Parts: sequence; C-alpha cells; structure tokens
Amino acid sequence: MAHQKLLPRQYLILGLVAVSAPLGDTCLSRGMSSLPAITLAHPASLIAAVFTPWIAAGIVLLIGFFASYLTALSWADLTFVLPATAFGNVIVALLSRFWLHEAISPERWAGILLITVGVGFVAQGPSLTERPPVLNPELDEALEEAIQLEQEQVR
Amino acid sequence: MTLPTPSAQPGFWTAAAMIAAIVLTSTAGEVLTAAAMKSIGDLDEIRAHSGLKGAIRAIVTCPLFFAGVSFLALAFFALLLALNHLNLSLVAPASASLTLVTNAIAAKLFLKENVDRRRWTAAILVCVGVYFLAH
Repeated sequence: MAHQKLLPRQYLILGLVAVSAPLGDTCLSRGMSSLPAITLAHPASLIAAVFTPWIAAGIVLLIGFFASYLTALSWADLTFVLPATAFGNVIVALLSRFWLHEAISPERWAGILLITVGVGFVAQGPSLTERPPVLNPELDEALEEAIQLEQEQVR
Repeated sequence: MTLPTPSAQPGFWTAAAMIAAIVLTSTAGEVLTAAAMKSIGDLDEIRAHSGLKGAIRAIVTCPLFFAGVSFLALAFFALLLALNHLNLSLVAPASASLTLVTNAIAAKLFLKENVDRRRWTAAILVCVGVYFLAH
C-alpha cells in the first residue's frame, strides 16, 4: 500500500460523512418512536412513515451522507472510510456535552477516547490499497506465463 | 417534552434477528457500493472532466451500484422496523459496531483490500468505543 495523502477537500467530505449520518439517524429515531407500533403484516404503514416530517428530515440528511460517502469511496478504501463515519458518534457526544450541557459518564468518555484513537490509527495509514493496473487480463496471464518460462530457462 | 418509548420491547432473539438483518444487508450493500465506486474511479476527477452530469451518469450506469443500493434500501427498512420496536441507544451502536467488523472481513474477502494490523486495530477500537458510548 502506498501512502495516499488526502487533500483538505477530501477531509471535508469525510467530515460530512461523519456528521450527517448520526444526525440523520437521530431524526429517524425521533420520527419512528412517535409512531404507533408497525408490524410486517402492514408494510404499507412503513412506506407511509417516510412522509412524516422527522423521517423526511432524516432522509434528506442521509441523502447528503450518501452523496459524500460515495465520493469518499471513489478515492478511499471501505475499511478507511467506515471508521471515519464512526467518528460522528464522538461529534454528537461532544455536542451534547458542551452545547446541550448533558452529563457524560466515564464509560462514554472511554468510548470517545477509543473511537478517536481508532480513527487516528486508520487516518495515519494509507487511504487506498494500491493495485497494479490491469489493462488486459489475457495479456496479463500471457505475460505471467512468459516470465515463468524465462525463469525455468534460466534454471 | 417526553417522547413515547417503543411500545412492547421484543425478546432477545427477536432483537438479535432485527439487528442481524441490519448488519447483513448493510454489509452486502456497502461492499457492493464500494466495488461499484472503485470500478467507476475517482468521482472528483470525473466531475472535473465531464461535469456533475458526467459523474452522475457514471454512477447510474453501473449495475453494481444498483445492487448495492438495493441492499442498502433493505438495510434502511430493516433499521426503520428495528427503531419502531427497540431503542436507538441499542440499535445504532449495536448495528454500527457489528457492521464495522463484518465490513472489514467482507472488504478483505471480496474487495481484496489490504486490511493490515493497523486497520484491524482501528476496527476493534472503534467497535468497543461505540459499545462504551452507548452505555
């Protein structure tokens, strides 16, 4: 893996991925918990839930998340992007502590620390697995056979 | 203002099945979507050459992308169903942390990503961190 240095714009995309997902999930939870219990016997009520304000707001945020997530996946590995999305949990916890003045237990501080260290770990490494370009698989196989043949001849 | 809590809490196995459904469908969706985006190439470069329309065209003409989105849509409805019966403080961290591990395994197996020691450590640290954050 070669080290792929990210541009500030790419860090911004990862920030959007991290923030929009937990905010969207919170809106969905707020909307779904205010609805009566839905069972698989009445799937239409699940579709109708999509058009309620909180669910709709959650969907808009999740569309924003999906657009930035797709962009990130086009230049970084899945195993690089996913820990970055988990950093959103830390942002939400810190917002609730310093903005909403909610109490955070020692376990939650431990969780924040672990996620931050985990994201720091992966962010220090390469963002993309480097692969040799394969222009023509048949040509590639032929080249491999030729190399093997040459090595046998040398022996 | 207090929010109504999800009515009757389901049993352990029902809750586990709901979370497993989210984890499996989202893992399939994310791996297929990641494979699609890798096959398309850098979206920033495509947008620079062909504009936003070109970038959107590149995405919507990729069959793998639709397969991925179909699984992600299934994961979304599985999430909605779970949120209707279980608390967000259980569903979000449980599904997020388990998905991290299943995705790391799937990325190594199917996407041939180089999931080195650094990435495994990060996945496990984040997984445990999400669990702590939920308690």
